[in-house]
Amino acid sequence: MAKKKFVVGCFDDEAVLFPAVKKVRSAGYKIHDVYTPFAVHGLDHAMGLRETSLHTAGFIYGITGTSTALGCISWILAKDWPLNFGGKPHFALPAWIPITFELTVLFAAVGMVLTFCYLCQIAPFVKKHHFHARATDDLFVMVIECTEKTNVDDLKSFLSNNGAIETDVQIAEAGWWLGRYDQDELPFENKQTVAA
Amino acid sequence: MHLKYESQLREPLVSGNKTYHQVTEDIIRPIEAKPSRLWYIGFYIAVALLCFGIYSIYRDVTYGIGQWNLNKTIGWGWDITNFVWWVGIGHAGTLISAILLLFRQGWRTGVNRAAEAMTIFAVMCAGQFPIWHMGRVWMAFFVLPYPNTRGPLWVNFNSPLLWDVFAISTYFTVSLLFWYSGLLPDLATVRDRAFTKLRKRLYGIASFGWSGSTKHWQRHESLSLVLAGLSTPLVLSVHTIVSFDFATSVVPGWHTTIFPPYFVAGAIFSGFAMVQTLMVIIRKVFEMEDYITMGHIEAMNKVIVLTGSIVGIAYLTELFMGWYSQNKYEGYTFWYSRAYLFSPYGWSYWGMMACNVLSPQIFWFRKMRRNLFVTFFMSIIVNIGMWFERFVIIVTSLYRDYLPSSWSVYYSPSIWEIGFYAGTFGLFFTCFFLFAKYFPVIAVAEIKYVLKTSGESFKDNMGHIEAESLETFVHEQAHAH
Repeated sequence: MAKKKFVVGCFDDEAVLFPAVKKVRSAGYKIHDVYTPFAVHGLDHAMGLRETSLHTAGFIYGITGTSTALGCISWILAKDWPLNFGGKPHFALPAWIPITFELTVLFAAVGMVLTFCYLCQIAPFVKKHHFHARATDDLFVMVIECTEKTNVDDLKSFLSNNGAIETDVQIAEAGWWLGRYDQDELPFENKQTVAA
Repeated sequence: MHLKYESQLREPLVSGNKTYHQVTEDIIRPIEAKPSRLWYIGFYIAVALLCFGIYSIYRDVTYGIGQWNLNKTIGWGWDITNFVWWVGIGHAGTLISAILLLFRQGWRTGVNRAAEAMTIFAVMCAGQFPIWHMGRVWMAFFVLPYPNTRGPLWVNFNSPLLWDVFAISTYFTVSLLFWYSGLLPDLATVRDRAFTKLRKRLYGIASFGWSGSTKHWQRHESLSLVLAGLSTPLVLSVHTIVSFDFATSVVPGWHTTIFPPYFVAGAIFSGFAMVQTLMVIIRKVFEMEDYITMGHIEAMNKVIVLTGSIVGIAYLTELFMGWYSQNKYEGYTFWYSRAYLFSPYGWSYWGMMACNVLSPQIFWFRKMRRNLFVTFFMSIIVNIGMWFERFVIIVTSLYRDYLPSSWSVYYSPSIWEIGFYAGTFGLFFTCFFLFAKYFPVIAVAEIKYVLKTSGESFKDNMGHIEAESLETFVHEQAHAH
């Protein structure tokens, strides 16, 4: 991942944020992301993000669980080692429903959470650049990616005119790295200096 | 969709003049402050109980469960009673977070985090009982289906006891995932305002590098919704399967088709009672009266009176069927062993009736639902009653079986059975005290989400909408982004 230049605008009210997002987009700027302290409904649509398909993944994991349970149990009890439980049929489907259901839920839940972590690139020991410490407290932080054509000062005043209470420019790593939150430096920054 | 407007008739979910920052301050402050004296006292009592429990279990493993007072007919006594009791308590958390999420009950936001934590700890306690009851606990892995050198001899997938293994472990895993995925944003909040290095580092690890990106929030919402949808049938299935442990047998008093719904209602009943016990304490100790309002307490008391009454109907139905079936064994169990006050265990049946069915009826009165002392007292009573329910079901059905020559012994627990139970209280409260100290006990992000629609200071600004004509209102709400 390479470092990029960003213009950051902070808003303290979602009612101001929404029109600002619309204006920034229609002015042709590329919104890198908006960091919010809680799920602001409709913001994803306002930013033009597509719907997530996480639930589809969940469905597929669920079906995998169902077929794993049914496949394993029927192979075990009807083929591999048929046991006589009180003269009942070896293929006793109704009695397998509880476990089949449990495994469906288990596979769906575990699979979805892992997929969620993978898609969001979050995990223990992962560190990311946070544009504003109050983005998890009370600020809505809009981050706009700069291109070589972007006039930073224009953009900053554009954001201020649209209600941003604070603006600044940051050059930051957009991806993640393994790091500690009590230390500020990037672990691989030194290597780059050596290579240069 | 996000509701932009909520009627002023509804009680605010967050009282006081709060801003987003104030919400963060109020909920995170206990994590950053030194714990109070009360916290230390409670924590040490819990650890002491836990130690006694560990010693009791050590004796169980060393000397065998022969040191319990189980006898010829009562092969399951306090251990299975406690197991079902703890599992039942573990139902409220997922109910609050999942079912109430699907029903769009805004008040869940104030209590869901602590209730989910309680669920996880309660299921951990419940799991101890079947595990240590195995006696040769080093053989516990025999319950897992894996290719082995014993034949391969597989587990019996048709057995309710194996269903239990799958149900409880799935329930624990899914509850844990649900709880922790909800915690991530709040742990990030703690991380970003931490002023000590150690706290910043540890919460940095625990929050997985959560940034609050809109795309992440969108996925997070989808994840919560689907996990809620999965947990709803899951929570019903777990206690259904626990009830199958009894209902699929041919023991009089257990062989009953109403067991699944009756057990589920009982589980919700006892779970909400435990949530009340903890909430009344938390809101007092951490000064969270603005977030866990009387409205929250009242809503939970309504659930308690509803589920308590469902359980009451189930008891009466059982008694009726005991007579109507004209089965001598059923009749003996229900009308002599249980309902006859002067039979050896009649006291436990009437204790159960008094605690579970009669006393919760007090919550038909609004004044009582909104009285903290009554709420706290009743929450304890209900949990005592629900413990009696399981004791009644297990012991009164077993102590006089089909062979009168094995009847003689009156079952009362040994100190090590009691010690084991006390130990699970120790485990539960040790975990809960640590949770209350190191995690946000209220879901910060979710409170912020409902703040502008249901917060006290924001509701007043909605006055003009109340006066609008219906057409204007519909028009405006339909076009809310």
